[in-house]
Amino acid sequence: MRRYSAFAIVREAARHHLGWERAWASPSPKARYDAVIVGAGGHGLATAYYLGKNHGITNVAVIEKGWLGGGNTGRNTTIIRSNYLQDPSAAIYEKSRSLYETMSQDLNYNVMFSPRGVMMLAQTEHELRGYRRTTHANALQGVATEFIAPERVRELCPIINIDGPRYPVLGALWQPRGGTARHDAVAWGYARACSAMGMDIIQQCEVTGVQSANGKVTGVRTTKGDIATPKLGIVVAGHSGVLAEMAGFRLPVESVALQALVSEPIKPCMDVVVMANTVHGYMSQSDKGEMVIGGGADGYNNYTQRGSFHHIEETVRALIETFPMISRLKMLRQWGGIVDMTGDRSPILSKTPLEGCFINCGWGTGGFKAIPGSGWGFAELMAKGHSPLTAAFGLERFREGRFVDESVAAGVAH
Amino acid sequence: MLILTCPNCGLAADETELSPGGEAHLKRFGPGSEDADFEGYLFHRANPKGVHFERWRHAYGCGKWFLAARDTATLEVFGTYPAQTTEPPAEIITRIRARHPDWSPT
Repeated sequence: MRRYSAFAIVREAARHHLGWERAWASPSPKARYDAVIVGAGGHGLATAYYLGKNHGITNVAVIEKGWLGGGNTGRNTTIIRSNYLQDPSAAIYEKSRSLYETMSQDLNYNVMFSPRGVMMLAQTEHELRGYRRTTHANALQGVATEFIAPERVRELCPIINIDGPRYPVLGALWQPRGGTARHDAVAWGYARACSAMGMDIIQQCEVTGVQSANGKVTGVRTTKGDIATPKLGIVVAGHSGVLAEMAGFRLPVESVALQALVSEPIKPCMDVVVMANTVHGYMSQSDKGEMVIGGGADGYNNYTQRGSFHHIEETVRALIETFPMISRLKMLRQWGGIVDMTGDRSPILSKTPLEGCFINCGWGTGGFKAIPGSGWGFAELMAKGHSPLTAAFGLERFREGRFVDESVAAGVAH
Repeated sequence: MLILTCPNCGLAADETELSPGGEAHLKRFGPGSEDADFEGYLFHRANPKGVHFERWRHAYGCGKWFLAARDTATLEVFGTYPAQTTEPPAEIITRIRARHPDWSPT
């Protein structure tokens, strides 16, 4: 792999840009790998990357039924934060956020991480108390957040209507080191680094069955032939239930549509990410100037990657009350992704009833921020059989009643 | 927009009028049951990509619960039926089979 650098740009400029290589190879699958990851989204690629980088396992295939980064990795609103309430969540999300800080250098790929700060508005008395509590919890966990007063909210983001009639802003949970990153670049950067380590990224290859013998996984059946492996990582977000059925177990997960939309590009008007969870909408401004908007997930099972129009209406209505100046903005695009929701709104990174088969799912509406931390922990789990980052997120927590309850802590948006 | 006909009041209701209630036909396991059964009842869901039976409430209408059969991969509705049933009625199954000849209830 040829490194990207300022020098490379000069070199290529001098020779009509004929020397740029393909960022990753597209090989045919081999008959056998030491580990197979299903799903070449951010989480799957990050898992493969850390399997190679941290654990020296490079005979790895990442199988993708569509194109890499074409699922929720390319459909989210790119927010990165780690201000969670529960200790296990704070640990994995903060690991993730800190890995984002050095990701461009690690991968030699500009992921455009922008630590512009994430602000979660408190707009009811309950939310105020909740976020104060989260701030205290974060202080104990070593996550840098603070609770700020409405005046400071106005200073940081002048376009917010602080004195809205129904839900005035009473304060905010402020994480200055949170922010956004270029989501496609995260997938592309990991893919390039994996390919450079000799891993095979196989796109347009759908898994149609999981093979096993004596309770142990032996391989997968795919549209490009059978692939043998003693270690299988399922990292397929919304389609986790489908893969779990092939592997012969059930999951405490349901798949629903989550939508997002972007406006026409406008001049810079907000340089922080704002989440308003009571009225249910969040917004940031992309480098292109588009306002990137997300809201709540639909309530019923859906695999179609499109959601219900009334959810967009609700989200936009809420944001117009919070940011009156956007009321005349035209929306450019709207899309949906299929998110895998667990009951406690925390992910599952776990061994499964099938030996050698591991699952990483349940990130629900907030997986993008967790990509590097999830990959780090899941790779360790796959390589060693245990990981301090993922210990609390096992499947057995549902039977044992040890939830990592972020549904109460975070209310709605993740 | 998803439109379901409420079998209780007969109205074709937009989804804004309805509240989703999750998977239908779950068998309840209560106190004294095996841990695995209780876990399955509380948490495990079929979550299929395809035919799905689910509970709905006509929340902003007659207020009654009912059940619906839908395809989660196409959003096609196979029909709705009363909540006081333990399995989907034959006519719903016929309609599903017309679309998915290989389908069988799990």
